[in-house]
Amino acid sequence: MGSIINAQQIINGLQLGSIYALIALGYTMVYGIVRLINFAHGDFYMIGAYAAYGAFFLFNAVLGGAGGPMAVATLLFAMLAGLSIAALTNRFAYRPLRYKPKLSSLITAIGVSMFIEYVFSATPFIGASFRAFPAIIPQSLFKIGSATVSNYVVIDLAVAGTLMIGLTVLVKWTKLGKAMRAVSQDKDAARLMGIDIEKVISATFMIGGAFAGAAGLLAGMTYPRIFPYMGILPGLKAFIAAVLGGIGNIPGAMLGAYIMGLAETFASAYNSLLGEGIAFAILILVLLVRPRGLLGEKTADKI
Amino acid sequence: MEYKPVLQTLKRIGSWIVFPLLSVGDIVGRKTGRNMPRLTLAALGIYLYIYVLGSTGVFNGYVMHIINLSLIYVALAASLNLINGITGQFSLGHMGFAAVGAYVSGTFTTLLFKLNPSVPGAYLVFVGAIVAGGVAAALMGVLIGFPSLRLKGDYLAIVTLGFGEIIRTILNNISYVGGPRGLLGIPKFSNFTIIFAAAFLTILVIRNLVHSSHGRAFLAIRENELAAELAGIDTTRYKVLSFAIGAGFAGVAGGLFAHLLQMAHPTQYGFMGSVMVLIMVYAGGVGSLTGSIIAAFSLTFLSEGLRGVLDGLGELTNLPLGDLRMVIYALLLILIMLFRTEGLMGNKESKLLMLPEDKR
Amino acid sequence: MSALLSIQNMTHFFGGLKAVSEFSFDVPEGVIYGLIGPNGSGKTTTFNLITGIYNPTQGKILLDGKDITGQKPYKIVRSGIGRTFQNLRIFSSMSVLDNIRAAKQYRAKSGLLSSVMRLPGFMAEEKRIREESMNLLEVLHLADRADDAARNLPYGDLRRLEIARALATQPRLLLLDEPAAGMNPKEVQDLMKLVQRVRDEFKVTVFLIEHHMKVVMGICERVKVLDFGTTIAEGKPEDVGRDAKVLEAYLGRKGAAC
Repeated sequence: MGSIINAQQIINGLQLGSIYALIALGYTMVYGIVRLINFAHGDFYMIGAYAAYGAFFLFNAVLGGAGGPMAVATLLFAMLAGLSIAALTNRFAYRPLRYKPKLSSLITAIGVSMFIEYVFSATPFIGASFRAFPAIIPQSLFKIGSATVSNYVVIDLAVAGTLMIGLTVLVKWTKLGKAMRAVSQDKDAARLMGIDIEKVISATFMIGGAFAGAAGLLAGMTYPRIFPYMGILPGLKAFIAAVLGGIGNIPGAMLGAYIMGLAETFASAYNSLLGEGIAFAILILVLLVRPRGLLGEKTADKI
Repeated sequence: MEYKPVLQTLKRIGSWIVFPLLSVGDIVGRKTGRNMPRLTLAALGIYLYIYVLGSTGVFNGYVMHIINLSLIYVALAASLNLINGITGQFSLGHMGFAAVGAYVSGTFTTLLFKLNPSVPGAYLVFVGAIVAGGVAAALMGVLIGFPSLRLKGDYLAIVTLGFGEIIRTILNNISYVGGPRGLLGIPKFSNFTIIFAAAFLTILVIRNLVHSSHGRAFLAIRENELAAELAGIDTTRYKVLSFAIGAGFAGVAGGLFAHLLQMAHPTQYGFMGSVMVLIMVYAGGVGSLTGSIIAAFSLTFLSEGLRGVLDGLGELTNLPLGDLRMVIYALLLILIMLFRTEGLMGNKESKLLMLPEDKR
Repeated sequence: MSALLSIQNMTHFFGGLKAVSEFSFDVPEGVIYGLIGPNGSGKTTTFNLITGIYNPTQGKILLDGKDITGQKPYKIVRSGIGRTFQNLRIFSSMSVLDNIRAAKQYRAKSGLLSSVMRLPGFMAEEKRIREESMNLLEVLHLADRADDAARNLPYGDLRRLEIARALATQPRLLLLDEPAAGMNPKEVQDLMKLVQRVRDEFKVTVFLIEHHMKVVMGICERVKVLDFGTTIAEGKPEDVGRDAKVLEAYLGRKGAAC
């Protein structure tokens, strides 16, 4: 095992975990607030990647030259794209079903996910094929001990870290954050307290979408190819990470995502089949052994 | 196309075969007070009708192929309806069960006929292989039924989805069954007769099951699990049973599918495949076998029609229009959920699929 | 009179919260027994413990001398306890008749194969189950709605349907969780008569939770008062009604309950 768990793998695992964390947060926040597994969330991430791709070439053509400020602008653009698609999906697909049986929302989510993916692959200028993602920032490598580290690792961890700190501050100390927590505890009580539930739900979707958009850019940059179906597997794995951490629980999603990133990196180094299957193995294990996840709270049904 | 003679043939065959059978069924049904004779003879009539049209060339090979596909989807949709619609569980990995059936039966027949191309009683061997595939899938259903004991709704959906993906990943990685290339060279044994028989059997078994104590246990679990348990129903047993039976029929359908297309490929049995079956169940109506039959036929025909149209247009315009088919499906699913959540038929059944004494 | 249901030293915790504490009592065979107490005093929890929905942290539950502690709910039902719920749990899109027939499932002997092939044995059994169920509906005045979807029934009928479904499991002990909840005075009157009639006709022991003092005082032969998971009084309804502790716990804090 010594050859599998080493500094290099840990760094790779943390990098992958950062991307999962950004996606998982959207899943967990949305689930916490409307009890819906938003299957289309992985596609918000894909849209983030494509938006960054487009924005990069656009900015490059208009302004010329790659560099720090432009990278930040591209990131913001990707987040904006994720935010917009999330808001639209919520408004037109999920909101009309808010008080219908939960499964109809879930099935709609599957439909939305398919719809986004196939619209992308049927669009002439996008297509179903892989595209190479441009180097938004030139890559440089340096060594820490025996491990080779790319500046992308630093960027991935820094962007994810900043956004996660920002989210924590928002949820803990702002009025919106308080409203979000209230709605996730008890929708009816929150409404009676004068909270505009739909506004809070919409804001939650937007934050989740923006985070997924950022993850899309980071993933595009780190594993430089994008395609319309790129969101399916990372989306699923991030969801599993959220379940592992305790769905609805924000620190749980972060913890679960990093565990998932590390586990997948180690497992792939050991055996590629194991790498593909480890996420589902974790899921089944969690649901059988501790369905509420690592940090989830126990809930009792009222009988 | 000269459709007048075609129409005449249709009429003539109809009046010679179908109507006598239907009236015999009606008389026997009225005499015994049971619906089974009606149902069986109606099915026989439909079978003979299509069979004659197929063998006289009124329906060409392509149309017969689509009818065969539709019938396989009838079995898949009806068996998923047992799990999702009738028992109220939520499976998103139904094609995983079909994959088990396809690969088990396909491996068996391929191997056997490679060793000895002139196996005596070849067709019986094939039927045996299909049944074996169904049994293997049913066992898998028992295995996946267990998580359903502790999980509900969306969580169960994710676990079954994960199960389907695990099956796909494993198939992708076993080179003995072709890995990512798929299992090729499966003998073409599936024909209209056996596919029709399997689809009919699936419908009949599920219909009869629903109208029995066992079926009322399934329905009670869907309605309110705790109340079902406190009505003395062993909910654990019945949930697993529902998965096992549903999976078994999916396995049979998968086996027939593989022996129709002469190959089995991991991607056919992935998430998208399961979603297609799911669309049929929800479009037709949750809990309605009649709905599943109608949806399986209309969506398969729509799909093939769209394929023809879009591929033609795509070739003309040189655009990847094939994917638009899936866009249309996705849109259909969303629209059904938004505007007709209960599906085409709701949970109503055709009179043929009910009992005479049940008025609803 | 021997004890049909005997609860010995039962304690139950939710997390750190003690919901029921060292609770012991006997329900004699053939009586109508009432359990009352303010909201949150552990009444429904007691029912959930008896029917196996929760496992008691401590203690024993005996039905006719047989230990049923910790068994699965369906097994407890099969050994002779039927129950209704405070908030109705009807199989609402099934027909009224099927609600009853579902509760007779566990007595059906036909296997899967004979059911699927609809063999004569199966058909005979179906006929018998149907007749039994119709008789039961007859007794509870629901027979004319047998083919309607249960969700189309008015509230009072649904309450009766739930009692009918519990009776369909052929219990010796019938647990009714607030059967009069949400009923108007006329319906309450009918319910009281119904409960007495059910006890006599089906030879069951009735154990009910109720807030409605009129029901408790009117039909219960023994009453137990619960507060904070412990018994504060037990006896004949008229004696319990005069008990100072009961008046304080029940009426004093809540004001006039009825």
